[in-house]
Amino acid sequence: MTTEPEVEELLRQLTPQVLGALLRRYGQFDLCEDAVQEALLAAAVQWQEKGVPERPRGWLITVAARRMTDQLRVESARRRREQAAAALSPPDELVAPGSDVDLPPDRDDTLRLLFLCCHPALSPASQVALTLRAVGGLATAQIARAFLVPEATMAQRISRAKQSIKAAGARFSLPPEEERADRLRVVLQVLYLIFNEGYAASSGPDLQRADLTTEAIRLARDLHRLLPDDGEVAGLLALMLLTDARRPARTLPDGSLVPLAEQDRRLWDADAIAEGAALITETLSRAAVGPYQLQAAIAAVHDEAAHAEETDWPQILALYQLLEGVAANPIVTLNHAVAVAMVRGPLAGLDLLATLDTDDRLAGHHRLDAVSAHLLEMAGDTAGARERYRAAARRTTSLPEQRYLEARAARLRNQAR
Amino acid sequence: MKYVVLIYSNPAAWRALPAEEVDRVIKVHNDLLDELAESGELVNIYRLADAANTKTLARPNELPVVTDGPFGESKEVLASLWEIDVDRVERAIEIAEPLTQHATVEVRPLMDAAGMEM
Repeated sequence: MTTEPEVEELLRQLTPQVLGALLRRYGQFDLCEDAVQEALLAAAVQWQEKGVPERPRGWLITVAARRMTDQLRVESARRRREQAAAALSPPDELVAPGSDVDLPPDRDDTLRLLFLCCHPALSPASQVALTLRAVGGLATAQIARAFLVPEATMAQRISRAKQSIKAAGARFSLPPEEERADRLRVVLQVLYLIFNEGYAASSGPDLQRADLTTEAIRLARDLHRLLPDDGEVAGLLALMLLTDARRPARTLPDGSLVPLAEQDRRLWDADAIAEGAALITETLSRAAVGPYQLQAAIAAVHDEAAHAEETDWPQILALYQLLEGVAANPIVTLNHAVAVAMVRGPLAGLDLLATLDTDDRLAGHHRLDAVSAHLLEMAGDTAGARERYRAAARRTTSLPEQRYLEARAARLRNQAR
Repeated sequence: MKYVVLIYSNPAAWRALPAEEVDRVIKVHNDLLDELAESGELVNIYRLADAANTKTLARPNELPVVTDGPFGESKEVLASLWEIDVDRVERAIEIAEPLTQHATVEVRPLMDAAGMEM
């Protein structure tokens, strides 16, 4: 008798390996992926009852290949009916059992799959869904629960993603050298998207969603193992570890948000911080610097302060200046302005924020109002701060953020009395 | 990002349309729904019964009063509500655009239970 979590963990580890083996043999991503999902479902039931077979990977490949054989027979029969004159290869030739069932897994299968699932022809939502299913080994129902949509919606998203991959003619191979960096950037974006989806979730009914951070970290670890020399892969993993370490302190039991400066730092996960900090320190010493590494370094500086007042803001400010140099965007400027305010005073921070007033990318964004409010409050402009907190509360589409921003505005109203 | 697309129309004006025009508009809606279901962007759709079936609740003088029909003299009433899940607001607007034939359409984000600390 094997427990459910053990079986599930094993199945999820094996998913990319089994899919990789099938793809190398048959090459049709959409059909192979369906066949693997069916094999996984069969295994989830049988292995719990009868125990895990001696060679679980071979078992899954055999079952999935059998399913694939059936599908190809149906397909080729249909094609023969459609074009009776065409001489096609007999089905047995297509589906002769392969000899690779017991070959060791190819290390690069996971990598090839990540590139395939994060193909630029797919929308971000589809990239996320397909990555979680084909590489993460999650069932459609689990992904649907995490993203709070009906299972049918998620099933369609996955099916559409597979069609797009087919239409784009994408192959199960590593992208050519000249495209590799751009394609890897998309893979990292997708993993970070999965992470943030989970990290933003608070408590209660959202807990399913929080598992996405664990999943994103697992995938980032796999990727880091495959590409140990890539500084940005290591940077993203470190950033996830250092951010996720604060998760126990970032919400109260009622789901309300606690800002970084007010978090109970004793609740932070010291092991995750130690691992993330060591990883980013080692990476920065050897790799070409990039945005994930710099964000990880900033997170490490925050995490290493035992009290908010001990935060090394000059160091954080220097890192934001570097970050603006490699990846300037308005959200970076917002955070940069906070660091400026902490080092040179709120008015200097507000001066930097003023440069964003004309930036269309942030027009009407609640974060610009929220950061302005915070800096105005620091500067003692209570009325101005209250107005901007209220504007931010109106603009956010997040309930806990709205609750937090309204509470800040109310607190200032009470002070003004 | 989840949005609702709220489609308001005037029942009297709708009933006055020629049958072919009604069929054409319904086809536009149904084709779009098929497309959204297939792309995995449609979360849910609510088609509202005729406004004549509405019970409006109000509390004009302390006591709640229930009346038949939509509130006040409104000419346009909510006809259907689509819940969609899309990557960007631009996509939500693109989806809503063909629905504006003989209707007023609102696109509004849904509140999310998740959020980032500041």
